[in-house]
Amino acid sequence: MGKNLAGKSAFIVAVLVIFCFGIVGIPHGGLTQSIKDRIHLGLDLKGGTHLVLEVHVAEAVASATDRDVARLEADLQKAGVTGATVGKTDPSRPQTIIVSGIPAAKLSDARGVLQGSDYGNYDVVTTADGNSTLTMKLGAVRDLETRTLDTSIETIRERIDKLGVSEPVIQKYGLGENQILVELPGVDDPARVEEIIQSTAKLSIHAVTGGPYETDQSALAANNGIIPPDSMLVHGTGSAGAPDQIWLLKRVSEVEGTDFRDAQPGQDQNGRPNIRFNLTTEAGNRFYNYTQAHTASSATPGSMAIVLDNKVREVAGIQSAIRDSGEITGAFTQQQANDLSLMLRTGALPASISYLETRTVGPSLGAASIHQGIVAAIAGMLAVMIFMLIYYRGAGINADLALILNLVILLGFMGYTGSTLTLPGIAGVILTIGMGVDSNVLIFERIREELRAGKTAAAAVQQGFAHAWVTIIDTHVTTIVSAMILFLFGSGPVRGFAITLAFGLFANLFTAVLVSRVIFDAILQKKERGAALSI
Amino acid sequence: MELFRTTNIDWLGKKWFFLGFSLIFSVLGVLSILFWHHIPLGVDFKGGTQVRVAFDKAPNEDHIRQAMDRAGVHDARIQRVSDPSGHAANKVIIALPESTATDQSHDAGRQSVESALNANYHDSRFTVEQVEIVGPTAGKQLQKQAWLATLYSLIGMLIYLWFRFELIYGVAAVVAVFHDTLITVGAFSLTNQEITLTVIAAILTLIGYSMNDTIVVFDRIRENLALSRRESLHDVVNRSINQTLSRTVISSGLTFLTVLSLYLFGGEVLHGFSFALVVGILIGTYSSIAVAAPMLVAYQDWRVSKGKSVTLPAGKRAKV
Repeated sequence: MGKNLAGKSAFIVAVLVIFCFGIVGIPHGGLTQSIKDRIHLGLDLKGGTHLVLEVHVAEAVASATDRDVARLEADLQKAGVTGATVGKTDPSRPQTIIVSGIPAAKLSDARGVLQGSDYGNYDVVTTADGNSTLTMKLGAVRDLETRTLDTSIETIRERIDKLGVSEPVIQKYGLGENQILVELPGVDDPARVEEIIQSTAKLSIHAVTGGPYETDQSALAANNGIIPPDSMLVHGTGSAGAPDQIWLLKRVSEVEGTDFRDAQPGQDQNGRPNIRFNLTTEAGNRFYNYTQAHTASSATPGSMAIVLDNKVREVAGIQSAIRDSGEITGAFTQQQANDLSLMLRTGALPASISYLETRTVGPSLGAASIHQGIVAAIAGMLAVMIFMLIYYRGAGINADLALILNLVILLGFMGYTGSTLTLPGIAGVILTIGMGVDSNVLIFERIREELRAGKTAAAAVQQGFAHAWVTIIDTHVTTIVSAMILFLFGSGPVRGFAITLAFGLFANLFTAVLVSRVIFDAILQKKERGAALSI
Repeated sequence: MELFRTTNIDWLGKKWFFLGFSLIFSVLGVLSILFWHHIPLGVDFKGGTQVRVAFDKAPNEDHIRQAMDRAGVHDARIQRVSDPSGHAANKVIIALPESTATDQSHDAGRQSVESALNANYHDSRFTVEQVEIVGPTAGKQLQKQAWLATLYSLIGMLIYLWFRFELIYGVAAVVAVFHDTLITVGAFSLTNQEITLTVIAAILTLIGYSMNDTIVVFDRIRENLALSRRESLHDVVNRSINQTLSRTVISSGLTFLTVLSLYLFGGEVLHGFSFALVVGILIGTYSSIAVAAPMLVAYQDWRVSKGKSVTLPAGKRAKV
């Protein structure tokens, strides 16, 4: 061949330069980054904490329908429909509301309410006896779940940012719609991280309808042995020596964590720690209606309970109507006020979470494994390169160059795409190196066969490449196919393997076939016709 | 320098020997998987808590066990970490079964291990190097995903080989790869080494490698079949294996060298990972000669015995 050797050489050099910049970064102002900055190491190699959380998105759906139950009751009352029972009877179907007992005379009024735009998110089915079932539409459920997950990610990110971790990863995870991956390089105290994420758990303000009681039994006794369906019993935190009091609260919250726009710790006129907050406009209007009706001077004075993590944190009487800003004063320390306002500020999680996986690698272990891994990889590669030189003499140089180039391209690619090198990724690199060496061996052995058959050097190279090429394509495409499937269906570590493997194989095709060929052609061009080839 | 310049070994003539060899190791592995150590899944897949602790001085395992017992942790498995090169004897892995890591009280196991150690080791300092807590849900999910990903990728390879060669080639290659995986997993079961996520990556590597090796032989068979139509399949397969033998030995030998250096110098974290590769490269190379190629001939013989066709599955012409 030898055609357009200069063009091919230029192409190879260009590719090489491009990927070199991938490793050291594109120079700007004379500065290049070091390879350590460009190649992201996985937590298994550099140490850190890896968490997988599950967000209980169904909770958000349940609490949305709870709110709609309350709203529907009020709307039906307003429309003059009295005597109807609105509720959720089937705990396994939290997205379903059942309306029963509508008086026959009021059926059309009720239908008007149910089919109003306020309940557009629901499919309404009415049976002959006038009972109606509202089921939240699948799309609405999905939307709500997605929003819940997104809000959770956002909230966790804000909290993690306050920890001052550099380059945290917080993202959706897995095939389901309810998992979050949190990766914190350099953090080797998962307990602290879990505490900080956990402390963001669900926060809400509820109306107090009864209490405090000392025990569950006395709470039941005080309510004629039955908890009203729109209410729930919630225990106090029982912290700081305070008795574990029990309160009867309205099930539907007046304000949720997501309704807070801002919160700041402060002190009231008596010097007691308090929290000043701002609500979103919509929540402010809602809160105003409620607090106005229940101020201390009104006919129905009320109190509010701040509930965090399903525990009553604070109960306060409503002093005056609160629109969109107000303050919470209670028996808490300044530190608690600070913490609570931080939680309000960064927003509480819209649903509770649980931990599925926690993996922590101490920095020393990570450093040890990368050090040993690199030493082993270099030792292995050196052995391979020396063998190739001894066994294939001149042609061994082609193979060694191809091998080095291959590594440069692979590292450069990782630098550009910001992909992370993990232990399984190193497995991918090993397979790549193995297959790269194999491509060269295939070609060289084939060239030797052709030479033995009496062909000239040029013809042997030509034939050797032509035959080996078919095999190389088959082996590489097969493996790339499997790498792509692994990438699609695998999770974290399997994906890390698939990425380095797939790209390493593309690099192989380039180096083993094009680069190696160009070197052979360049050598052949300089030689006299019929001179022997060093192989 | 040249090894195996002209070899003329009757590989297929040794098929009963190979079959016996493969059977012994497969059956040993399967027996161990079924009745002995089962598939020793690591905490990644099984769920549970695993704490790796490095002590200043080499600790006494009984002492640790007593400390755990006093703290009320009775089902801990305590294992001293051993390096292939014999280092790091002062490290210990304390593993608690899955029941301690429910999705609710996620890190109760870690806390009790740490507090037990804190209460009992004043004289020798220790550092917690690694903590892995996997809830039962996550473990099952990871397990399912790893199996499915592997299964799909095998199907993908099968389809590509079907398209490029003939179905029987794809089937033979997949059977060979399955054989390799079974024996490797069997080796893990026999030696009671845990299969973790990184071991799965190593098994995927072995699948890729074994497939690569098999395709090289198949490619040569296809090429030779197209050249000499009159030769028997038996002879063509033998000749193809012999022709590619030097490449097989060199490539596998070099890859084995890399993997062996990883096994010897890679440290204990890479132990399971490199063990799978060491076994995998050996068995993967063996299977392309001893399992995949004979299957083609066996298939052909079976077709002939059925009186279907005397011509062999020549495969599509090699053209790219």
